[in-house]
Amino acid sequence: MAILKVLVIDDEPGIRSGVSRILNNFHVTYPFMDEDYTFEVIEAATGEDGIIILDRDKPDILLLDNKLPGIQGVEVLEYVRKKNYDIVVAMITSYASLDVAVRATRDGATDFIPKPFTPQELKASIENITKQQYLKRITHKLNQDGKKIRYQFLSVLSHELKAPLNAIEGYLRMMQEKQAGDRIEDYADPIDRSLQRIQGMRNLIMDLLDFTKIRLERKEEKIQEVDLAEIASNAIVTVQPYAIQMEVNINLDVRSDAVIMADPSDMEIVLNNLISNAVKYNKTGGKAEITIDCSDSEVIIIVSDTGIGINKTDSENLFAEFVRIKNEKTRNISGSGLGLSIVKKVIELYNGTINVESTPDVGTTFTIRLPKKPLTIT
Amino acid sequence: MKKSDYTILIADDDPDYLFQTHYYLEKAGYKTVTVESQAEAESVISRFRPDLAIFDLMMESDDSGFILCYKLKKKYPDVPVILATAVSHETGLSFSLDSENEKSWIRADRYLEKGIRPEQLDQEVMKLLKL
Repeated sequence: MAILKVLVIDDEPGIRSGVSRILNNFHVTYPFMDEDYTFEVIEAATGEDGIIILDRDKPDILLLDNKLPGIQGVEVLEYVRKKNYDIVVAMITSYASLDVAVRATRDGATDFIPKPFTPQELKASIENITKQQYLKRITHKLNQDGKKIRYQFLSVLSHELKAPLNAIEGYLRMMQEKQAGDRIEDYADPIDRSLQRIQGMRNLIMDLLDFTKIRLERKEEKIQEVDLAEIASNAIVTVQPYAIQMEVNINLDVRSDAVIMADPSDMEIVLNNLISNAVKYNKTGGKAEITIDCSDSEVIIIVSDTGIGINKTDSENLFAEFVRIKNEKTRNISGSGLGLSIVKKVIELYNGTINVESTPDVGTTFTIRLPKKPLTIT
Repeated sequence: MKKSDYTILIADDDPDYLFQTHYYLEKAGYKTVTVESQAEAESVISRFRPDLAIFDLMMESDDSGFILCYKLKKKYPDVPVILATAVSHETGLSFSLDSENEKSWIRADRYLEKGIRPEQLDQEVMKLLKL
């Protein structure tokens, strides 16, 4: 059981005793916390008294009224900031004008509690603040130790490259030590799995090469007229054998000439990735539909599938590097987690946009808009 | 008590690592329960007390292993936990559990780099189970 000190600075005695009464029997739990938090309330009627208590008791949470008889709440807030105290501040005020709110937030207040409040409202705010404080301290501790967990490209990359090597090494040792028997047939599964992991690693390396390529400077001479319909047809030919296995029907609908100024290999990266995803994450007997259309100034490519779809939370991260949506439906699908991040980067190079709409178990639609003549390819 | 009296929970989203770990631990004589995600591990923990747990660090989220350590220790403070990961020193994701400070927030008893030899894993497990 850990205790958080709550300082309430308010000139109304009713508010102060109310806070004490409500928080006295309140406790907060959180999956991460290995103990419950309870609260000890300290009261101050003025900002001046509050500051003395701040210096003396180092409270964890400050509930602060702005309208005070002497110095104002925002001044107390400034004091807290100047002293760099590790404290979460919530303003309690009935005069929460926009001006005060903006100033208080800028000065480090994290929450507002409107006055008058119900016990429920106060508890909800305190619960929030407690979790925030807890997480802040954990992060701070990690930072301080130089052990901050940075999920950077390199660390994930090293993870993604090492995992298949570990798996393959494990299987080879199993064979070397004849763990499962003396005959080669005893190792059919380990061999099969090793080959699959090698294929996965090969895909990752190919994607990484694409990834490095788009990071290099553009060569102007490579920019030429590119017919997107042609590139889409080629991408379909490439993925067709896989589509036949998956029984996915691919349809290309070219509604108007779609010629843009681009490096053709960039456009290949975009269409190959999207079309192969539309097959890969589809269902047996599903459909993949590619529509190419254009307006005066831009080309619109729509790639939709009738596949497993993505839920809303997952789709927010979809274009980040090494994001693979992991669930029951995707566990047997191999992917590097780089494809869509590469697609997005390429599209942004051409000042275009990509959007996704998806319904789980119904399908996913990617919409890409590319200017026909990008002013600058950055 | 003999090894076959102990059940080890293994959570890892890499099916090959999961298979190999389970294979060697069963061969060494333990009983194992395998799960492929944090969510599954949580549901197992809620219904059943393993004698030891081996958690991968990165599963659905990058800190799945940490969360599982917390949850397991909260429910069963005495069950030893091994945290396993393929991510090593040079990537910035390294911790050794040597200092009290680290132990206080990583609720694991051992931290192991993936790719350790089966005999070594068996040794570690025996140590933690006091065999």
